[in-house]
Amino acid sequence: MSEAPARDHPVPDQQAAVPLLQVRGLDKHFGPVQALTAVDLDLPEGQVTALCGDNGAGKSVLTKCIAGIHQPDHGQIYWAGEPVHIRSPRDAAQLGIETVYQDLALADNLDIVQNMFLGRERLRNGFLDENDMERAAAETLDSLRVTTVRSIRQPVASLSGGQRQSVAVAKAVMWNSKLVIMDEPTAALGVVQTRMVLDLVKRLRDRGLAVMVISHNLIDVFDVADRIAVLYLGRMVAQDRASAFDLQSVVEYMTTGGGNRHAGQ
Amino acid sequence: MQGSELSDPTAAAEAAALEVPPEIVAQTLNDYFRGWWARVRSGDAGVLPVLAGLVIIAAVFEVISPHHVYLSANNLVNLFQQSAVFMVLAMAEGFVLLLGEIDLSVGYVAAVGAVIAVQLVQPATTKWPWWAAIIAGLAACAGIGFVQGSLVSRLRLPSFVVTLAGYLVFNGVMLILLLLGPFSGYPSLTSTAGTNPQVLYQLMWGTIDPVVSWIAMAVIVGLLGTTMWLRDAGRRRSGLVAPPASLTILKIALIAVVGIAVVAICNINRAAIGTLAGVPWVIGIVLAIFAAWTVLLERTRYGRYVYAIGGNPEAARRAGIDLATIRTLAFMLCAFTAGIGGLLYASYLGGMSNNVNGGQLVLYAVAAAVIGGTSLFGGRGRMVHGVLGGIVIGAIYNGMYLLGLDVQWQFVVTGAVLVAAVTIDAISRRGASAGSAAHA
Repeated sequence: MSEAPARDHPVPDQQAAVPLLQVRGLDKHFGPVQALTAVDLDLPEGQVTALCGDNGAGKSVLTKCIAGIHQPDHGQIYWAGEPVHIRSPRDAAQLGIETVYQDLALADNLDIVQNMFLGRERLRNGFLDENDMERAAAETLDSLRVTTVRSIRQPVASLSGGQRQSVAVAKAVMWNSKLVIMDEPTAALGVVQTRMVLDLVKRLRDRGLAVMVISHNLIDVFDVADRIAVLYLGRMVAQDRASAFDLQSVVEYMTTGGGNRHAGQ
Repeated sequence: MQGSELSDPTAAAEAAALEVPPEIVAQTLNDYFRGWWARVRSGDAGVLPVLAGLVIIAAVFEVISPHHVYLSANNLVNLFQQSAVFMVLAMAEGFVLLLGEIDLSVGYVAAVGAVIAVQLVQPATTKWPWWAAIIAGLAACAGIGFVQGSLVSRLRLPSFVVTLAGYLVFNGVMLILLLLGPFSGYPSLTSTAGTNPQVLYQLMWGTIDPVVSWIAMAVIVGLLGTTMWLRDAGRRRSGLVAPPASLTILKIALIAVVGIAVVAICNINRAAIGTLAGVPWVIGIVLAIFAAWTVLLERTRYGRYVYAIGGNPEAARRAGIDLATIRTLAFMLCAFTAGIGGLLYASYLGGMSNNVNGGQLVLYAVAAAVIGGTSLFGGRGRMVHGVLGGIVIGAIYNGMYLLGLDVQWQFVVTGAVLVAAVTIDAISRRGASAGSAAHA
């Protein structure tokens, strides 16, 4: 299972539980550089999939193909079993794919509610409906148990790193999203705040969302991931339940592309 | 309160008190003032420094002005009329400053709009009705804003350079327009008969009847107070973030006191012979602009996007906001509002001439906005900052005029005030970012 199995027949398994998002045989090159080669990836609902790989392995390119920022050269993406073409971030958002980038893209001078609704403000009689937006934002934050902020009317500039990450995630799940992609959510966070964000990731999974976490930090990966996928030089070299890996094997896949201990799977 | 990531709970509460605006966590008036005082001590005092500065300026000039005329009703109304142009230009500049841009051309754009209107109403030539002339002047300004804004937002040219070029171009255009017609470059609003020039002249010098002034003030304060009360009470009822009832009442009372004071001062007879009393029209005009632009910035999507772009353009872009359109519109609103300032300026002078110092006007406009509390770095600022800063500039200008100081000293003092304001802006910004970095 670890080697991409159906490269010659890029059709997803028609089993009872089709993964929410399936990537089959994805190729992407930039000029002479082959960034992704025949990549397969499954992102099932209610599970956290960790995408690992060294710098330059193609993690961001794969993410951006799913998020609609890059168009793949070859290959197909299936959404709930149906082939889809994601041509823009807007397409992705319409399907229910939200990406939380590393820089979070929050406006420091706006408060939490204003950031969560940025670009999708609710109006009443042509004016901003602050009450309605504040209620909806409070509900979302409560449901994710983001309770450490003093007030949802405080400017984002006054939040800690973990709180900012939480707001960015809450912003992403607010729109009935079904798949949340998080790029290095725990980079630059302290121990307590990392715990807070990982708990949040687990709550998203418990809600039944598909979650993909890109991370360098293998401790965090093993803490939170149900499944692990490893990219090496643009190829998907391993993809399985997290319990099928250990720290050593993931490191080997990431650094050499071949996991000796895992090869028997 | 629940700063779980901070080990020491008192430290957490204190740190949060410094960073969270007091009105959003205070449950009682007492809480509010304590939170507010904590913020003042940390260097983020809102409009307090401006108000304190105004009190100091007023006290100093009252003491040193000849015959202590500075705080007389006559001079206070005069001071407001002088400030009106600075206030309106500062509000205009506010739109582009919020984006982190600057418009150096507002002085001469305002002058171009004013010259167009003043020329068009001349009974000897075009004889346009006053309203058509005003529309033409303001439309020309908006058009100028569109061109400059498009160059900045579509071609991504630096606004500093585009509007510096505009400063020269529109200085020239103003001079060209002035020379049209048989007025030797001095089209006047006062030397000719006719209602249309008169209406333009009344923008600054006309007064509202004292009784009507009282009624209008009562209606405005009543409507504003009711709106504020209903909004805050509604939010308190539905458990949303809202100030305590006592604070809402205090705010409404303050507005009422200011309104009563303004009308009372304006209704004192200002004329040496005969009667001149009542609120000048210009106060109503400035209030109307202030109200309209405050609603636009704080209650509409457009305003929200202006703040978002000023705060983090990349976040705004990813949120699907059309940056170029919002930016272009901001330059148009800036130039349009500047045009109104130009009309008031022409009205103040009773006509237009080549004496307009657009460079000084733009410096006063930027200084007023920044003194009031608008950041030069974008994302922070409100229309009220332009109004308060405009009064500060007007207060200094008026005081120095009363003292008979020469123009060179006016330049020195105003320049020094501008540097002081920008310094405060930069320091408070550094303080704010250092605070949140320490907390992160």
